[in-house]
Amino acid sequence: MTSASPRETTEGAVYTVTGGDWDEVARAAAKSDDERIVVNMGPQHPSTHGVLRLILEIDGETVTEARCGIGYLHTGIEKNLEYRTWTQGTTFVTRMDYLTSFFNETAYCLAVEKLLGIEDEVPDRATVIRVLLMELNRLSSHLVAIATGGMELGATTIMIYGFRDRELILDIYELITGLRMNHAYIRPGGLALDLPPGAVDQVREFVKKMKKNLPEYDKLATGNPVFKGRMQDIGYLDLAGCMALGVTGPILRSTGLPHDLRKAQPYCGYETYDFEVPTAETCDAYGRFLIRLEEMRQSLRIVEQCLDRLAPGPVMVADKKIAWPAQLALGPDGLGNSLDHIKNIMGTSMEALIHHFKLVTEGFRVPPGQAYVAVESPKGELGVHVVSDGGTRPFRVHYREPSFTNLQAMAAMCEGAQVADVIVAVASIDPVMGGVDR
Amino acid sequence: MSDAHSDDDKTPKTTADKAAETTADKTAPVKAAPDKTPSEKASDQPPSARTPNGVNPEKDLSASNLPGQRGDQGEEIRVQHGMFGANNGGDTSGYGGLVRSIRLPGEAVRPYGGWFDEVADELEGALEEQDLLPENAITKTVVDRGELTFHIEREHLVRVARTLRDDPALRFELCTGVSGVHYPGDKGRELHAVYHLRSITHNRLIRLEVSAPDADPHVPSLVSVYPTNDWHERETYDFFGIVFDGHPALTRIMMPDDWQGFPQRKDYPLGGIPVEYKGAQIPAPDQRRSYS
Amino acid sequence: MGLEEKLPSGFLLTTVEQAAGWVRKSSVFPATFGLACCAIEMMTTGAGRYDLARFGMEVFRGSPRQADLMIVAGRVSQKMAPVLRQVYDQMPNPKWVISMGVCASSGGMFNNYAIVQGVDHVIPVDIYLPGCPPRPEMLMDAILKLHHKIQTSKLGVNAEEAAREAEEAALKALPTIEMKGLLR
Repeated sequence: MTSASPRETTEGAVYTVTGGDWDEVARAAAKSDDERIVVNMGPQHPSTHGVLRLILEIDGETVTEARCGIGYLHTGIEKNLEYRTWTQGTTFVTRMDYLTSFFNETAYCLAVEKLLGIEDEVPDRATVIRVLLMELNRLSSHLVAIATGGMELGATTIMIYGFRDRELILDIYELITGLRMNHAYIRPGGLALDLPPGAVDQVREFVKKMKKNLPEYDKLATGNPVFKGRMQDIGYLDLAGCMALGVTGPILRSTGLPHDLRKAQPYCGYETYDFEVPTAETCDAYGRFLIRLEEMRQSLRIVEQCLDRLAPGPVMVADKKIAWPAQLALGPDGLGNSLDHIKNIMGTSMEALIHHFKLVTEGFRVPPGQAYVAVESPKGELGVHVVSDGGTRPFRVHYREPSFTNLQAMAAMCEGAQVADVIVAVASIDPVMGGVDR
Repeated sequence: MSDAHSDDDKTPKTTADKAAETTADKTAPVKAAPDKTPSEKASDQPPSARTPNGVNPEKDLSASNLPGQRGDQGEEIRVQHGMFGANNGGDTSGYGGLVRSIRLPGEAVRPYGGWFDEVADELEGALEEQDLLPENAITKTVVDRGELTFHIEREHLVRVARTLRDDPALRFELCTGVSGVHYPGDKGRELHAVYHLRSITHNRLIRLEVSAPDADPHVPSLVSVYPTNDWHERETYDFFGIVFDGHPALTRIMMPDDWQGFPQRKDYPLGGIPVEYKGAQIPAPDQRRSYS
Repeated sequence: MGLEEKLPSGFLLTTVEQAAGWVRKSSVFPATFGLACCAIEMMTTGAGRYDLARFGMEVFRGSPRQADLMIVAGRVSQKMAPVLRQVYDQMPNPKWVISMGVCASSGGMFNNYAIVQGVDHVIPVDIYLPGCPPRPEMLMDAILKLHHKIQTSKLGVNAEEAAREAEEAALKALPTIEMKGLLR
């Protein structure tokens, strides 16, 4: 089972341990006066936030060099998109960063709408529901960030609390989209279907409950000396470092720069909502935690404003050459075409059937060109670069994932720190490997 | 840029800037008119202007007005034959003889509108100060859909990027990485590297585009200017085989180290397997009959 | 109160097989093998509302050496497959595998160059759980079905015979492409 014989390289002795016998390695390491060891953490490790591989060079307890190995969840989604129609694309992009599904979908749809030139024709109701869902999504993503971050520190209670509140949001998702995760609800031109009856009431109920629950995180963690001891001054990255490494989101805002695309380059009508961009001056993991908490409060404010301005109306563009032909409806067996629509295409109108068939199987064509649309996801700037060659399928879709870009800062945050602080630093970046690797 | 503008006072932005941006949307010369379908265009007109069959005779129904066409300016990236993707078997549709060229939006002429001119002037001026003729570095400027794109000669990319970052009037501090695009039909410039630069100071976003032939897939690395491009360039190398000269450690990042080929190029198959189910075999998505 | 009061004379006759199966199924230790979206649902299953502790398996082991159930939760990439196999090899026998979600079971919608088209190309799978991602209830259902399988699994010579029978049945089974009939 074990094979721990040393192999001499230019770097020194290399031991490959695959079995359980560490004695030989330990003895050999004790013999050499070199204290440096390289430890491979992951890609399967309970504290690495998914299938992230950390390669740490350790001198005693101090990390002298830290590197990331990624790609263990590379799914080829960008390539897959090139073989599906523009509408089918939402089904794939929602699975990239699976904790921020609605942001992926919205960014993609905004880019497609920009290519089509129909940004102004998307109905108001669809935009308001998009904002509503995105802000709920920001809550659920931050809840997971705080929950898993707490769990990696050893604070299991925070994890239980975070997932408890996330369940409430997932119930809303399920009511509105039919799915707990991976929704594909936002489509180019609008939404797949309107809000079901009772959704607004349930969201209001949730806001009330969440306002009661959010202070519990403050009580549990914010003033907790152990929590502060583990997080304060850990994972330090200042503004210059953030700019050089392209880091955005809560990490950038923890340096005191209130850069938020919702304010700087508003999309989906964010300029009409009343909210604040929280910042911290500490540049550390604790500041990022506080920012996430405060952003959740601000998101609740936006959710309330969305509920107030929801006016009845269509949720899909009027252009029948783009809008999905079927009137989708939730039946007892799940989401499907509405019975009225089936009656129409199967019994009444041959043209409607042809139109339905063409649009569903072939899809719509998008004029050639390229577009870049960025939204502020819970992790930072989520950019989508979409290229069309005039066909019914994307020519190229590239996601500028904040997780991917921010994870590069891991080395800058960890080198020179203790091994235990690596976990805190990575948790404060909040990378989601589905987004990093796509 | 986005049509909506923030009232945010935290990011530095003058009212003049805002006014300029608003006009940018109105005056951008290549603002896409052909995005609408002909039927829609016809319905925009008063009823008297339309013939009984719904076609407006005054409206030019040339190729540029049809969906999926943007006139004959711009670079040709592909020539499409027929209407359907399948080319095995006989042509039963009757549309097999159709030939049309696919063109991306072409070069824009001055004025570009709004702050686009300001950025272009500043960039040209700053390059001239460095004894570099702007027309040697910037091969083409495209304004499309409210976005400004500079096509840069690859040997001058680093200098242009450094100028864009350091010039106080430009200040594009944040690079959002590189996206590779493979145009197999664009002979001699098959591989494109697309960079989006964001200026937080001036609240602007521009795009740089560099191309390289497939036979010589080298583009200078921007890591020395924007360290964030480290992983982004490794990713683009991994997927498209664009070699970024000067990158500190250009290795594969997503695929296993011993992987053969560059999987997101157009000539690399999707790699799916046929799915079998009860007597039926469904080919992989890239093997199926398709429309485009 | 419990089992002991129902026994007339204080002792119970059973087979070693059943006793071992009962003991094994009551304390399954899952290894964390969260990969993608399904991992989040797996964590949800362990958290408050669904409370996997009811089935004696809330403790997810960080080390494969202390685990006997691997829940492969998510898409397995070509790069991850060797790691997956190594972790599986490190688990002590007896061990079981749940392939959670359609990506792990068959590659799912990601029929492309990057994803292994079914984790059963790499390790043997006991339970295939469909869904994208499966609901926590579905994961619990899969776990309960696995409990039943563990309870009824054979020991010693019986196990060898069961393995031989299973192999013969598999050899005789009709390939999917030759199956005919309704889509069922």
